[in-house]
Amino acid sequence: MFSRTWQRLSSVVLGVLTVPTALAEWDGNMTRGVTEVSQSIFELHMLIFWICVWIGVAVFGVMFYSIFKHRKSKGAVASKFHESLSLEILWTAIPTVILIAMAVPATSTLIKMYDTTNADVDIKITGHQWKWQYDYLGEDVGFFSNLSTTKDEIYNRTEKGENYLEEVDKHVVVPTGQKIRFLITSNDVIHAWWVPDIAVKKDAIPGYINESWALIPEGEEGLYRGKCAELCGIQHGFMPIVLEAVTADEYQVWLGDQRAGKVAEAAAALGDFSFDDLMTEGAEVYVRNCAACHGSEGQGMGSVFPALAGSPIAINDMAGHIDILINGKPGTAMQSFSAQLTDVEIAAVITYERNAWGNDTGEMATPQMIIDAKK
Amino acid sequence: MTTATASQDDHADHGHHGPAKGIMRWVLTTNHKDIGTMYLWFSFTMLFIGGAMALIVRTELFQPGMQLIEPEFYNQMTTMHGLIMVFGAIMPAFVGLANWMVPLMIGAPDMALPRMNNWSFWILPFAFGMLLFTLFTDAGAPNFGWTFYAPLSTTYAPSSVTYFIFGVHMMGISSIMGAINIIVTILNLRAPGMTLMKMPLFVWTWFITAYLLVAVMPVLAGVVTMMLMDIHFGTSFFDAAGGGDPVLFQHVFWFFGHPEVYIMILPAFGIVSQIIPTFARKPLFGYASMVYATSSIAFLSFIVWAHHMFTVGMPLQAELFFMYATMLIAIPTGVKVFNWVSTMFRGSMTFETPMLFALAFVVLFTIGGFSGLMLAIAPADFQYHDTYFVVAHFHYVLVPGALFGIIAGVYYWLPKWTGNYYNEKLGKFHFWMSFIGVNVTFFPMHFVGLAGMPRRIPDYALQFADFNAIATVGAFIFGLSQLVFLFLLIKTIRGGEKATDKVWEGAEGLEWTIPSPAPYHTFAEPPHVK
Repeated sequence: MFSRTWQRLSSVVLGVLTVPTALAEWDGNMTRGVTEVSQSIFELHMLIFWICVWIGVAVFGVMFYSIFKHRKSKGAVASKFHESLSLEILWTAIPTVILIAMAVPATSTLIKMYDTTNADVDIKITGHQWKWQYDYLGEDVGFFSNLSTTKDEIYNRTEKGENYLEEVDKHVVVPTGQKIRFLITSNDVIHAWWVPDIAVKKDAIPGYINESWALIPEGEEGLYRGKCAELCGIQHGFMPIVLEAVTADEYQVWLGDQRAGKVAEAAAALGDFSFDDLMTEGAEVYVRNCAACHGSEGQGMGSVFPALAGSPIAINDMAGHIDILINGKPGTAMQSFSAQLTDVEIAAVITYERNAWGNDTGEMATPQMIIDAKK
Repeated sequence: MTTATASQDDHADHGHHGPAKGIMRWVLTTNHKDIGTMYLWFSFTMLFIGGAMALIVRTELFQPGMQLIEPEFYNQMTTMHGLIMVFGAIMPAFVGLANWMVPLMIGAPDMALPRMNNWSFWILPFAFGMLLFTLFTDAGAPNFGWTFYAPLSTTYAPSSVTYFIFGVHMMGISSIMGAINIIVTILNLRAPGMTLMKMPLFVWTWFITAYLLVAVMPVLAGVVTMMLMDIHFGTSFFDAAGGGDPVLFQHVFWFFGHPEVYIMILPAFGIVSQIIPTFARKPLFGYASMVYATSSIAFLSFIVWAHHMFTVGMPLQAELFFMYATMLIAIPTGVKVFNWVSTMFRGSMTFETPMLFALAFVVLFTIGGFSGLMLAIAPADFQYHDTYFVVAHFHYVLVPGALFGIIAGVYYWLPKWTGNYYNEKLGKFHFWMSFIGVNVTFFPMHFVGLAGMPRRIPDYALQFADFNAIATVGAFIFGLSQLVFLFLLIKTIRGGEKATDKVWEGAEGLEWTIPSPAPYHTFAEPPHVK
């Protein structure tokens, strides 16, 4: 009987000892990640975790031993001892030693994380309410990245996709085997750019440019998903990050495609657009960029975000309407969309806003009007 | 709460100084017991309001997708839940316990500044009334999180932020006055022979807490005033576009905020240090080291604030300093836990409800301490920061920590206040439901945070669904079991087995030498402490 209990107990202890490897694959533990830094953070995390577990076992062990053995119902008589200087010194000294043992690897990991020198690629990341902007410095490539999960999925009107709330319209593409430096800032409130697999989390703060870096080893190409980690307003939960790691060659090809795409876009703006084309595109642009604040029916939200349905700007003042999209409205949450939307998109969304929800002006803004207004 | 009346006043010559009749008794009272009672009922009310908000949040998070509320209202709920629990539930409850017990424990007839005592209580209902009323305005309640980081709380805030700022000022005034009153009482009104190093630990921990309050509440007032200036008077303290610095906000806020978290836990340390010796029937182990450990924790609380800001982009040297300083806190905190365990060791323990809550406090607070140590490791914090791991951590130290400490104290002193024993079976039922509920709610949050779920989001990716569903179930168990507590309290006030003066077999201290229920006036003649 006794030996069986003992056997069971030792198998539990063995199980606990072998858990670390199992824990790494379990859904409830920290991401091990793919970079050297993320892996040393993971090791550090597990080290501290096990130290805490064993301290807990020792302390709670004594406590529960007392609870079971030294209870009045078992006839325990209280001792009178109530102090011991040597014990106090001992249990001050031992934790101090353990803490120093933790601090050494923590310090070296932190020093490594702070070394942003000698980067091969510089990417400037700007947080906006509620999207990320990426600029590849010196490459003439830059774009905005928006959540691509649909409202229908969020409001349970359709089945949720596999990457629900973790998918975007444009991935931030990076090369493997090269040191990437991220320069992180914000255009409005504080955000935080976080991708667990590369253990980069840095606050995006207006007026600051924070630095961080990652080196994804060759062979680890793939998609790495992250999120905004700092409360940044209503859509804080809806501005994910998708990092796409490709080989250095594929990266160069991708950069070329981006530049070519930009030229094509500019050319397209000079073409002809029908009212219906602009309305269709405008509805899409509206849902992606405007609906979060101004409401899906242009009804606005609270006293902070004005309604567009029936708004004087959206009905009368075309020049003012174009101006507010290009320049934003200082002192409010209305940002400039000049950089994040193409001229065609701005024209489309203005056309849409002037003709949707009872704003039946019949007026159409053309891309050429946007180009002229920007001059 | 108390049914003590003037008729129980044994000082017949000024018996007509008993309480006024009806509602005016509570409005005009300067009696520390009345004011303590009002503080406790006020904080209990706030616990239910803040708790209801938490349940709304948890209901929305039960499944992925938006079901119950919109993201905007979700942010209002998390913000108000935090503000109400911190400033409305936990802090006033400790002040209530101090009002009741500090004079009884040091042999004083009342608090030193009774009129100020009345005022510092009566400010609170107005402060929270104002904060709560913003929920019903057009702009909605504050929605920028209880840490209200600028510029989300300034340039981008709803107009209700001004009411919030005024409310915080009023709460701050109340807290500072309460703290001054406690300091003055402890320094001046101790009975002859009650030297500082003979004071019960609850008095000691509150004494240290009161200094923390006086030191940091003005800092909070300062930071909200700077916000007010930025919003209404054209300054740019926190506005980068005007040459200001959003990170300055965080430094000032956390210089208040970190001592604040110890303000919410030190008095609980004191309560637990009263209860464990009583039910272990053995003196507290290492009394002097407990006092020194508490003082060290209070000192360290002033030099660790930036560990809340490891990801803002501080220089490496600052990160290292704040990491090392934060790790140091583990040492005095460990000393306290070791002392409690040594008090139990070779004692003669019984497990009445206050003891159960105190034991749960020791275990679960220590778990919160462990996750705190993990968070102190700066490199790892880059993965933990702003995730549910942090939510799990601070709820472990605040719910089974601070709140269990308060509940343990209420059970422990309830017979002294009401003259009646509470129903032990019901108390134990309340304990076990709370214990199960709290762990089912907050333990899965560790996992979901490590797995990568950020905090303060109204909707989440599919891999987090299971843990969230479990946490929601736990939250309802925990929330509903507090109704049991309410029922038990009312029942005990209305009657029950009469309590002896000493109440508990192993109880020691001046508060157990007076009759149960405690008469309206006590220690008109100071006792002599050997």
